[in-house]
Amino acid sequence: MSINATLIGQIITFALLVWFTMKYIWPPLFNSLEERKKKIAEGLAAAEKGQEEMLLAEKKAKGVLKTAKEQSSDIVSMAQKQANDIVEESKNTAKKEGDRLIHAAKAQIEQDIQQSRESLRKEVAALAVSAAEQILTAEIDKTKHQEIVEKISDRL
Amino acid sequence: MATEAHAAEGATGYIIHHLTPLHVGEGFWTLHLDTLFISAVLGGLFVWFFKKAAENATTEVPGLVQNFVEMLIEFVDTQVKDSFHGNNKLIAPLALTIFCWVFLFNFMDLFPVDILPAIGSVMGIPYLRVVPSTDLNATFAMSISVFGLIIFYNLKIKGVWGFSKELLLHPFNHWLLIPFNILLNFVEYLAKPISLALRLFGNLYAGELIFILIALLPCYIQPVLSFPWAIFHILIITLQAFIFMVLTIVYLSMAHEDH
Repeated sequence: MSINATLIGQIITFALLVWFTMKYIWPPLFNSLEERKKKIAEGLAAAEKGQEEMLLAEKKAKGVLKTAKEQSSDIVSMAQKQANDIVEESKNTAKKEGDRLIHAAKAQIEQDIQQSRESLRKEVAALAVSAAEQILTAEIDKTKHQEIVEKISDRL
Repeated sequence: MATEAHAAEGATGYIIHHLTPLHVGEGFWTLHLDTLFISAVLGGLFVWFFKKAAENATTEVPGLVQNFVEMLIEFVDTQVKDSFHGNNKLIAPLALTIFCWVFLFNFMDLFPVDILPAIGSVMGIPYLRVVPSTDLNATFAMSISVFGLIIFYNLKIKGVWGFSKELLLHPFNHWLLIPFNILLNFVEYLAKPISLALRLFGNLYAGELIFILIALLPCYIQPVLSFPWAIFHILIITLQAFIFMVLTIVYLSMAHEDH
């Protein structure tokens, strides 16, 4: 019951315990607590940031999609126009080509007509000459009347 | 059973036997071996458990042990931060040590009163008082240490002159009242360690005594009484540990306050 030397022993034990706790127990445990607190706070902040970034990215993606749609519709309309142009142009060239072909054929026909007319004329002239020759052989000297015949032939 | 074993000495003998420590030496140099041994074992238990938790402490998801230890750490830290606003690396670990050590002291009270002394007597130990906080030496050892820290921090923070001025001129700031102030402060400072130690000692001594008295009753009444008393005691032992810790923090934070 009385106070005695046990007190001193108890004080020593107590001092040792407090020292040990102060040195080896409190700091690591308290630090791990603080660190975890910090980590959790950081995690929460990161999560919030991530969410914000996601929203931003969604917005951006929507914008990109919109411009892409616009661009594609532009391209489609342009292609349609170009196709129309090409069709139109080919129509024109075909028409032109046809015209040209017709023209050339006409010219050919004209030329043929001209040629055949020429040859016909020559033949007629030769025939006339031979006829006249035959007529004149009987009466006129061939060389004498050559000039006259040629003159007539030219006039044809 | 217990009553029969000590029938020769009677009820008084049984009580005295239970409250007598295992001691060696004479006069002041008596050592209460049971108090010293059990408190050292309990202190070792506390330190071992917490050291293990500290070694395995991670900042990841904590395990069961770490959770428990961190709960205690946070609890003590909250108490310290509530009443102490300075920067002192000693107070929180000190408070934790006090809380756990006193709690373990008091927890020994919940062992059935005869079990450990019976084991002791089998091993040839004649006396065994298992609850260290029923020994005034154990409670005074802590309160005197705390008192020493109070004086130390008073001197450290306020300086010798500041502390003396506070002792002389507080609470009545007049030179005529200096003797009165000295008397008041003397009583106030002395009351701190004495009340700390005696509160804990008184509570646990009385509690232990009641357990012993219950153990003297016929065995069919014992559970009816000792069961509610033990449940009530769970509250008492925690509360006493808590009070000791909080008062230590409050006294030390008072020592840090400069008027």
